[in-house]
Amino acid sequence: MFLVVIVAVAALILIGFSWYFLARDRRLERRDPSEVEAPDQGSVVVAPSAETAGPAPKFRDRLGTARSALGGYLGSVFGRGAINEQTWNDLEDALIRADVGVSTAAEIISVVRAKAADEGFDDASQLADLVKAEIVSRLDGFDRSLSLDVAAAQGESGPAVWLFVGVNGVGKTTTIGKLAQRQSVAGRSVVLAAGDTFRAAAVEQLAVWSERSNVEIVRGSKGADPSSVVFDAIEHAAARSAPLVMADTAGRLQTRTNLMEELRKVRRVADKGSGTVTETLLVIDATTGQNGLSQARQFTEAVDVTGVILTKLDGSAKGGIVIAIHSELGIPVKLAGLGEGIGDLVDFDPVEFVDALFT
Amino acid sequence: MFETLSNRFEGIFKGIRGRGKLTQTDIEETLAEIRLALLEADVNLDVVDSMVARIRERAEGQELSRALNPSQQVIKIVLDELTVSLGGEAMRLSYASKPPTVVLMAGLQGSGKTTNSAKLAQWFKKQGRHPLLVGADLQRPAAVEQLRTLGEQIDVPVFSETSRPVRVARKAIKEANRTARDVVIVDTAGRLAIDEELMAEIGDISSAVQPHYTFLVVDAMTGQDAVTMARAFDETLALDGVILTKLDGDARGGAALSVKEVVGKPIAFASTGEKIEDFDTFHPDRLASRILGMGDVETLIEKAEEAFEAEQAEQAAARLLEGTFTLEDFLEQMQQIKKMGPLGNLVGMMPGIPKEARDVEIDDRHLARIEGIIRSMTPAERIQPDIINGSRRLRIANGSGVQPTEVRQLIDQFSQMRQMMKQFAGLGSKKVNPRTRSKGKKGKQRRGGRVTEKGPAKVPKMPLSLPGLEDRVGGF
Repeated sequence: MFLVVIVAVAALILIGFSWYFLARDRRLERRDPSEVEAPDQGSVVVAPSAETAGPAPKFRDRLGTARSALGGYLGSVFGRGAINEQTWNDLEDALIRADVGVSTAAEIISVVRAKAADEGFDDASQLADLVKAEIVSRLDGFDRSLSLDVAAAQGESGPAVWLFVGVNGVGKTTTIGKLAQRQSVAGRSVVLAAGDTFRAAAVEQLAVWSERSNVEIVRGSKGADPSSVVFDAIEHAAARSAPLVMADTAGRLQTRTNLMEELRKVRRVADKGSGTVTETLLVIDATTGQNGLSQARQFTEAVDVTGVILTKLDGSAKGGIVIAIHSELGIPVKLAGLGEGIGDLVDFDPVEFVDALFT
Repeated sequence: MFETLSNRFEGIFKGIRGRGKLTQTDIEETLAEIRLALLEADVNLDVVDSMVARIRERAEGQELSRALNPSQQVIKIVLDELTVSLGGEAMRLSYASKPPTVVLMAGLQGSGKTTNSAKLAQWFKKQGRHPLLVGADLQRPAAVEQLRTLGEQIDVPVFSETSRPVRVARKAIKEANRTARDVVIVDTAGRLAIDEELMAEIGDISSAVQPHYTFLVVDAMTGQDAVTMARAFDETLALDGVILTKLDGDARGGAALSVKEVVGKPIAFASTGEKIEDFDTFHPDRLASRILGMGDVETLIEKAEEAFEAEQAEQAAARLLEGTFTLEDFLEQMQQIKKMGPLGNLVGMMPGIPKEARDVEIDDRHLARIEGIIRSMTPAERIQPDIINGSRRLRIANGSGVQPTEVRQLIDQFSQMRQMMKQFAGLGSKKVNPRTRSKGKKGKQRRGGRVTEKGPAKVPKMPLSLPGLEDRVGGF
């Protein structure tokens, strides 16, 4: 391992060297952005229409935008009359636009195509139900409940631990806040573990949520080892016989090997003491494209993800990548985030999800 | 495995490179692969299709038939088109004649507005400006605390109060005038493009502060929706540019290509890591060549320029080539390099590095370990590691908290590297053409094993004159 570093350092020294000879020429060409003279330029502000929307936190309602966008593409495909090669291409494109992914879209189309041929369909309008059924079948048959069953996870007694993982900015802390509220309302006493010791003010953010939902929080100092914070929270919960610990972790890109290693350690340590990890929940942002699959894959490899929480589904993004996550990795979406309100975290319902996409 | 755009292209071009002429089937196959690669990298479908059409037109036209080497020509065309789509030239910022220059940050939740407000402030500071950060995200719990913490880290004042975002922003301008800050960066709450109420609010903030620059912060992992979102923000705010974040993951490219192409706003800055300094102006041509697996020498040189002491570096490099490079020199240079950012990122920018090597994550803690070992040596030992015997080794190991074998390992590998450099210097001075150079490379590979191959593989390219894109394409 040293060698990599040594060689890299040596190479960089040589770069410094070659730069030395080139610097003079380059300096003439280089334009320093701060030296550019600057006329004051105001920006034009287009006043937005000030309509106020106040939708109820219903899955289908909140997916309204997604529905209209995708429905728009599909509507034009389905309403076109006779099925031809263009129909299939357009259908595939519509799925790609929903972030379903090229290969999953192609699979769905080829299945639907075979079925349409079997049924002898010749009108595009007949395809809507087939496509819908095919996607629902890919999302079907998963257990979407959140487990508190310590025994089932080879634990003895003590609190169940839900570990929240994901890349930066997907909404882990917010999701925990909302879920803590839900559990607290259901009369379950919960302890939050402020395991994001990296991001500035992440602990404070979780603390605000813990106050809002009146649950306990265990925090470490900034920069503390997240596994020790999680461990402490579990022991704290065990001492008060609280049945559930929800552990926040710092966002990390799945390509950062050392950070993923840190996460493995959190998982190991969480299982070591009085508690048992019964759920490892990967939080994915619905705006995420094909990288979502890479996230699911790598996080599963590191910490054995048991379910996905799909956040920000109330925007214009469609979250189509979860279809591939279901069928390729067998990981179900368990919850969906449909808004910023504390009650906007709902159970994921595949039929509603697909229905809403196609109505 | 998910393949990044650049790995993907490497694969495609490996196929073409061997042959002199492209048939129609070749072109179609290549285009299909390019389309697939771009879609898998989350480039918007419309952008992909128009880009593929442009590439086809140029590939099928006269340009190709006249070319001496058609495969190189296709590579050049793809590179050109990528660069054009990514935005042509880098965006340059100008400052308001009557300060402060106001910058408004907008974006979806979790795209990285707060972190990048601080990164941008640090960037302005480096340009000799005096930024003021404004916490107008009163929605997310502790968002202002986050900004304050970051502000403390970079020593930039943060203004905020618990009222309404528009009020905070308006007062911030007065505050900036009062305290003579010449750049104001307004961090706002994340909002969905379809949330009319919140979009109206940010519209109000914008009217109140009349920003000179409005940046949309876009997560590099964003899928097809990037375009819809950017368009909506552009309609409300008249964007000036985009800040692309989380570019250090394996989803580099897609969203950037789409946003620029469809909304027509340049990508001004890119954030490539979690540290404050992992942030820089966006260079479309660099990203394009990086996407194509050609390394990013320009950025690397620029970083080196900031970090290195010119004379020291020159001397060190000279000694390195002479073979008189000592551990003392090494330690000194390592300090400079540490200023350039995480070593892993730097390695990723070097051209000619095989993909496998680029994927090896270099832990900066190894740097600290090496540093510890060298610092536990006496000056004499650093200059002449040969004198280190068993008892010295034990002392060094105890001093740096490592195993004696690690000390031995470091010394062995260091002298191995020194040997390599000396050989390379012998080659370099004879002004060899690329062919002999690659022969020399092979010779060294045999001795060094898997990892050594990295060194020689990239090193011969370094002292070459800074290749322009054309050159790099030629040598590809």
